[in-house]
Amino acid sequence: MNAIASRFRASPYHEQGVEQDQNAQDSVLWGSQGGFGNLRAGAPPEFVVPNVPSPTAFLQLHTDDHADPNCRIKIAHGTTTLAFRFRGGIIVAVDSRATAGSYIASGTVKKVIEINKFLLGTMAGGAADCQYWETYLGIQCRLHELRNRERISVAAASKYLSNLVYSYKGMGLSMGTMICGWDKTGPALFYVDSDGTRLKGDVFSVGSGSTFAYGVLDQGYHWELSDEDAQELGRRSIYAAGHRDAFSGNTINLYHVRETGWEFIGNYDVTKMHYDGPGNIPGAPVGGYGYDARVSTV
Amino acid sequence: MSAQERRFNPYTENGGTILAIAGQDFTVIAGDTRQSEGYNIQTRYAPKVFRLTDKAVLAVNGFAADGNMFVQKVQQRLEWYQHAHNKEMPLRAIARLIQTMLYAKRFFPYYVYNILGGIEDDGSGAVYSFDPVGSYEREACRAAGAAQSLVQPFLDNQIYFKNQLPPSGGAHPKHLPLKEVLSLVIDSFTGATERHIEVGDGLEIYIVTASKRPNADLEAIANLKQVPGGFIGGEDGEKIYVVRRELKKD
Repeated sequence: MNAIASRFRASPYHEQGVEQDQNAQDSVLWGSQGGFGNLRAGAPPEFVVPNVPSPTAFLQLHTDDHADPNCRIKIAHGTTTLAFRFRGGIIVAVDSRATAGSYIASGTVKKVIEINKFLLGTMAGGAADCQYWETYLGIQCRLHELRNRERISVAAASKYLSNLVYSYKGMGLSMGTMICGWDKTGPALFYVDSDGTRLKGDVFSVGSGSTFAYGVLDQGYHWELSDEDAQELGRRSIYAAGHRDAFSGNTINLYHVRETGWEFIGNYDVTKMHYDGPGNIPGAPVGGYGYDARVSTV
Repeated sequence: MSAQERRFNPYTENGGTILAIAGQDFTVIAGDTRQSEGYNIQTRYAPKVFRLTDKAVLAVNGFAADGNMFVQKVQQRLEWYQHAHNKEMPLRAIARLIQTMLYAKRFFPYYVYNILGGIEDDGSGAVYSFDPVGSYEREACRAAGAAQSLVQPFLDNQIYFKNQLPPSGGAHPKHLPLKEVLSLVIDSFTGATERHIEVGDGLEIYIVTASKRPNADLEAIANLKQVPGGFIGGEDGEKIYVVRRELKKD
């Protein structure tokens, strides 16, 4: 039995037994490291797993709101995120709505995670999964800098994340993320999800509203877009998703990644975009995205 | 017997509602004191709001057993931090600690919704809200629990002034004074008690005030008591007060 069990030791999935787990942590909780959580440098974090034949089935029973809308622990879902590469860098645009069933749990979620000055990650799927593991990725990227005296490439950072979530495959992690940044090779964009998929590309959109965003994005995309037009395309695409997807909306957060690092461009209310538009901004049309287009007689 | 009935089910739902609002130099954190299971009221006084440090208060809601255990573990970690560093943990660090502690049980979650309120290092009032597995965000106000969907829209309207036009020639105030925040909290809970069966019995309101805040406006509040603490900041430091009020018991 032990022989069989030890074959799976490498996977954190089998780090069972609450007592053993807590003893292992005690030494780091005390002394000068006391109070620093389980984000310890070097070693991967340890997780408590229920002592049942199938921890995955247990977790699904209590958290999977698709299979059972009456389950107790509701994990926030529903999103539109997009990112695209162009001449001037990378545009990242996201909405800010979090839903639990049909209730809007929050309209002010930060779905762009600032990993460091040069790396951004986006959040779709489990909010905690994305927040936690992209913060953890930030720690590993900093350690890479200290060890190698140079910044980590976007390719390496995204592969670190995809290998990490792949080691938890089947345990119920849920994340669809885009890792965006600027490295030696220029602007770089990778799609990483909790199935273990990792794709390099120029245009991605993730989430329940992604089909609506793609409709606008693909139609307006061009490599030679000016910075202003590219930002407007990102804003307009998330607006489209906010308008047609019930699980997306509230506000738009817009980022631009350049050689000098990322810059936060702004936060835009989707309803205000519909009636008034983004205002006097280069690249943006006069008037609202939705209302004027429908009522003007021209 | 079906397979479903023999499953390991360690969770229940104990009702109640919690709420926190941040002001410019104070934060108010409140919760009702009823604990129920189904249609049974188990007790009329089970606190859901807890002092963590001189400038941090944590409200927990959901499964009471998990909530109480979680608060104990957070308090223990904060005590260890104090012994190791000879200072209190800053609020933003407590927020991150709570995230990692919740996420450590990602595969066997605490069924608890947490709201952390207190004073940031820069002296501003702050509210952090969490989901059961640790995703968190700093906000100005947040309601959680059974009557979340009754209270939050009220707060959106009264705190964020959602769907309200500003007075002509003016703008909405950025921060509300403590007196107004307290009446909003009391109205939220009396309203929730009227319309939700799991809310009622008693109301516990914690007020955390920034260091050097002139607390003259506190004197007018009935039943106000200071919560004894470490007083690391001395007489001028952050202070925590509690107000206890009755809610309807039917």
